[in-house]
Amino acid sequence: MDALKYPNPVRPVFGPAADGNVIVSFGPSHPATHGTLQVIAELDGERVRRADVHCGYLHRGFEKECESHTWHTLLPYVNRLNYCSALINDFAYCDAVERLMGVEITPRCRYLRTLLAEYSRIADHLTCIAASLMELGAMTAFLYLVMIRDYIYEHLADVTGARVTYTYGRIGGLVRDLPEGWLARLEVILDQYEDFTGRVHKLVDRNRIFIDRTRNVGVISTAEALHWGFTGPVLRSTGAARDLRKDTPYLAYAELDFEVPVGINGDNYDRYYVRMREMDESVHMIRQLIDLLPDGPINVDDRRCTLPEKALVYTEIESLINHFKLIMEGPQVPAGDIYVAHEAANGELGFYLVSTGSGTPWKVHVRAPSFVHMGGLHRMLEGYQLADIIPTFGSVNMIGGECDR
Amino acid sequence: MQHPALEQVAIRLAPFATSITPSHGLLVVELEPDALLAAVSSLRDDCGFDLLLDVTAVDWPQRTPRFDVVWHFYSSTAFQRVRVRTRVPAEEPAVDSLVSLYGSAGFAERECHDMYGVDFRGNPDLRPILLYEGFVGHPLRKDYPKDRHQPLIPLRDP
Repeated sequence: MDALKYPNPVRPVFGPAADGNVIVSFGPSHPATHGTLQVIAELDGERVRRADVHCGYLHRGFEKECESHTWHTLLPYVNRLNYCSALINDFAYCDAVERLMGVEITPRCRYLRTLLAEYSRIADHLTCIAASLMELGAMTAFLYLVMIRDYIYEHLADVTGARVTYTYGRIGGLVRDLPEGWLARLEVILDQYEDFTGRVHKLVDRNRIFIDRTRNVGVISTAEALHWGFTGPVLRSTGAARDLRKDTPYLAYAELDFEVPVGINGDNYDRYYVRMREMDESVHMIRQLIDLLPDGPINVDDRRCTLPEKALVYTEIESLINHFKLIMEGPQVPAGDIYVAHEAANGELGFYLVSTGSGTPWKVHVRAPSFVHMGGLHRMLEGYQLADIIPTFGSVNMIGGECDR
Repeated sequence: MQHPALEQVAIRLAPFATSITPSHGLLVVELEPDALLAAVSSLRDDCGFDLLLDVTAVDWPQRTPRFDVVWHFYSSTAFQRVRVRTRVPAEEPAVDSLVSLYGSAGFAERECHDMYGVDFRGNPDLRPILLYEGFVGHPLRKDYPKDRHQPLIPLRDP
């Protein structure tokens, strides 16, 4: 009996429902879960008594695949982790490899990465807020926010060449410098951002329907959030001002003036508001970075990781061999292991790399915030209505790419 | 000069550890699998490392014992990180589960169980999470070929 050999693909963690309760399966292909995810819920009337969250439907063997690529050629995979803010993944991974190699990036690269990471954070938060507002019926707010997000995507395409998955970072630098006029357009978009998020604030903040659906729904306390390993906006919405950009500064964050917005109740409304305020802080940071951005090269002059100039590759043997070695064998990363974490849009994005000294990683492990958040999501669902699963899940902003890897 | 919180860890965890070394800004605590629960309890309760970030393993097929199991901890008050590492043999890859101390251990251990077949004693829920029921083998082990085909799972009766 094959049915016995392979049990039901998804077993809920709990046994039969208590008297009068029903078990429903929500997802994995539900139109309102932006991301493939299954929630098995035991319902008492409309109230969720127990919930079992399943992910893994987007698993594509990221970590296994990395082990058969060079340190450089796995970059496109890294970009597909959190595809709403792919540049942050890019820079976190490059930072980890650079620290293992002992490479220090150039000042222009450092400021540019910071600027682009903050720009990506805005795009990510816009996606999250727009989607969760749309699920509550706020179509106008959705269109306002997604319009700005699309301006950002198109603008990033000007510099990176792609709309969503950029592969723009390189170990030791970036692919190319900013094109002419890019910063001028950036300031126009930031002004438009302020105009349209202002409209969203007016539409949503004191909106009766929105407040009824989000206030005191999906509440989690700071202690419990820490217990379940939550980081990023979800932890900050509980009132804990924990932000890696402030606490363990990396890139150029130590030189920037910004605040860490926190919530009070740790409910869906606070998560919405923390994300909105965080985008304002990102805009504030980007404006500082535009002024701070120094001139100079964007790639380090280090033959262990940076490709030689194309003109030299064609004219002298040393550069040709250097190019060949870097492409065929990959940068030789010293043996050892390292854990580097950046504050991604959803929380702590950590890369745990193990090298044996060759051009191919021995192990690449990602500490993905979405995956950890899914581990504690049931605590935010239990005790609330079935219909609250949607806004709560939306406010956590689970990204299948990084959750399931 | 190390951060005081890490010096505290070095003192508190000395009885449990086989070695304590700094590495790339964090403290690496190597210990025997038996000492894990006591050491991590002390790390959480005495040293304030309140976030369990991650659980994973590293496969060294040529080495005995074969697997490293690695935990990363973060202190949300001192802003420091600690890596705890232990070695488990291929014949019986098992360590104690940390679910009694950290909720976040639940999913992380399930993933590590999926990928490496490491057994976490005391974790009641080691169902597959990124893989599916019926998946054969542990894909992140080095002896698992990247292009292996998995048996097809029959569809359920409607």
